[in-house]
Amino acid sequence: MAQTLFDKLWSAHLVEELGSGADLILIDRIMLHERTGGVALKSLAAAGRNVMAPGQAFATMDHVVDTFPGRGDETLMPTGRAFITATREAALAAGLQLFDLADPRQGIVHVISPEQGIVLPGATLVCPDSHTCTQGAWGALAWGIGSTEAEHALATSTLRVSRPKQMLIEVSGRLAPGVTAKDLALHILAELSAAGASGHVVEFAGEAIEGLDLDGRQTLCNMATELAAFSAVIAPDERVFEYLNGRPFAPAGELWEQAVASWRTLKSDHEAHYDHRIAIEAGQVAPMVTWGTSPQQAIPIGAPVPTYDEVADRDSREAYDRALEYMQLASGGRLEELPIDAAFIGSCTNSRIADLRRAAAVLKGRKVAPGVKAICVPGSTSVKRQAEAEGLDRIFIEAGFEWRESGCSMCFFAGGESFGPRERVVSSTNRNFESRQGPETRSHLASPETVAASAVMGRLADPRGLAR
Amino acid sequence: MEPFTRLTAVAAPLIRANVDTDAIIPSREMRTVSKVGLADGLFAGWRYTEIGGRERNPGFVLNDPAYQGARILLSGPNFGCGSSREHAVWALAEYGFRAILAESFSPIFHGNCVRNGVVPVELPAAVIGGIAAQVVPAPQERKVTVDLVRCEVVAPDGEATAFRIDAEAREMLLEGLDAIDLTLKRCRAIEAFREADRSRRPWIYL
Repeated sequence: MAQTLFDKLWSAHLVEELGSGADLILIDRIMLHERTGGVALKSLAAAGRNVMAPGQAFATMDHVVDTFPGRGDETLMPTGRAFITATREAALAAGLQLFDLADPRQGIVHVISPEQGIVLPGATLVCPDSHTCTQGAWGALAWGIGSTEAEHALATSTLRVSRPKQMLIEVSGRLAPGVTAKDLALHILAELSAAGASGHVVEFAGEAIEGLDLDGRQTLCNMATELAAFSAVIAPDERVFEYLNGRPFAPAGELWEQAVASWRTLKSDHEAHYDHRIAIEAGQVAPMVTWGTSPQQAIPIGAPVPTYDEVADRDSREAYDRALEYMQLASGGRLEELPIDAAFIGSCTNSRIADLRRAAAVLKGRKVAPGVKAICVPGSTSVKRQAEAEGLDRIFIEAGFEWRESGCSMCFFAGGESFGPRERVVSSTNRNFESRQGPETRSHLASPETVAASAVMGRLADPRGLAR
Repeated sequence: MEPFTRLTAVAAPLIRANVDTDAIIPSREMRTVSKVGLADGLFAGWRYTEIGGRERNPGFVLNDPAYQGARILLSGPNFGCGSSREHAVWALAEYGFRAILAESFSPIFHGNCVRNGVVPVELPAAVIGGIAAQVVPAPQERKVTVDLVRCEVVAPDGEATAFRIDAEAREMLLEGLDAIDLTLKRCRAIEAFREADRSRRPWIYL
């Protein structure tokens, strides 16, 4: 019978059917961070349970840590230090591989995983973090869980999971110049809504997906959780194998050859069955920006803020009015006329080297508009060093951006640092929820180049207007 | 985990779409490496007049004395979307909520509910809206029943509506089971699978 990529991943990890509708699924990799991982490790130890495969579990510091140069365990968040030290102690006690603050391998969990060859095609990977779906871009089945589920995975190397439904999102054609994976993700969210893939595993396929670079594929898969998806997957190709070859935790030598031969079979069969199929035309996608307080509230940057009638199929009247009031916008208003207070490039969505290169291309020889606070936080220490080797840091700094150490930073204000009340921020992150980036902060999600162009113009701006 | 069979309680309506876990418990309210001490931070951004403050916003449903003792929450589609933070469920449970009625749930939040004895009940928006309309005039008298044994919700007027929940989740909640204990009973099957898998995919084992 024809199988999808997901079917193949699932059956390869099916330990047992539990007879209750759920399956017992083998977990190959577990990743933890200090905000939700420390509590899982602590609780596991308190229950007197051991980690079944500590060599396959990894911990990093990204969520609570400061991103200021010269940082240590102290954070702006009043009790941040406790999260860091508890996670460090528990990870070391349990025998996990730890990428600590001063480790050159430190970074945002979903950014460092492929850098270190932890995520592999055909593997299952879980992390108590909703953006774990990012790692589906490598042909892995990777999904976000809670802390209690993380304890379960640590203790048993399995999870009890009900098999999700499947959705194929096929993106035909090619993205236009200046249009990125982030714009595609926001376009899909606007089309399907924030519950559009509820509980489904989404496979992204089609010419436009094959044409995306690896960083772009991660951006796209990253945003699948904003569709309420179980996770996302993309069939791995030669570019994936080439990237992973020689990475520290990836197989080497004969094992590598054996692995790649197996990974080449990881694609959906022709005629495979999906519960839903969605067709998207890449040529229709424009640079996108959000206007509201849900990622589904996204529009092409040149378009007017929609009227209620245009979004009535997914927003209640109350939600629509509330979003407009919070964002201080009016129906029919133009986003391109909105002055901004701040610009942020970072997060597991858009902080990889390709993201920084594209933003730097916009910023080169230009200055951030007066009064705009602009911050760039590379996704990992490795990305930061690569960017510095290429001189990108100079471009950001000379333009007027702060150049920070790696971490999740102001994607949310777990680290205690935030944008100000009612400040309008254009951000390369993934969530524009109320107060997500600071108390009453108004967030507009966009691609890194749109953030860069907006920082230069001092208002929300189409990056194609600054293209060289 | 406390088993859940049947609960009749005050229900509080918070009928909004996409109530995210940042709204349920903001990052700044997660102060300790612990599963407890979170109830005060529940819905902090909406419940209090100022960020970080504790002065109650009189306009927020949980501050209305009419909803005192609420143990059932009524909400809109995609409840619990956003961050995976289990603190959202810990905060709801610590506050007293044992069941949430919503049109749909984010998958991670749904799983977190089941692991913490909170019943995620999926019902059409019209049913939840109908229940809310009955509750609002007299919440303390017009209680709602969630019956997990019969898989039905009973509105204040006595009308019962069936709901579906997957068998695994229902069993866990009804029995108050610890999933890790259950799975560890299958330890030998897991070991055997890993052993066979090690020869199929040796590159996975570090």
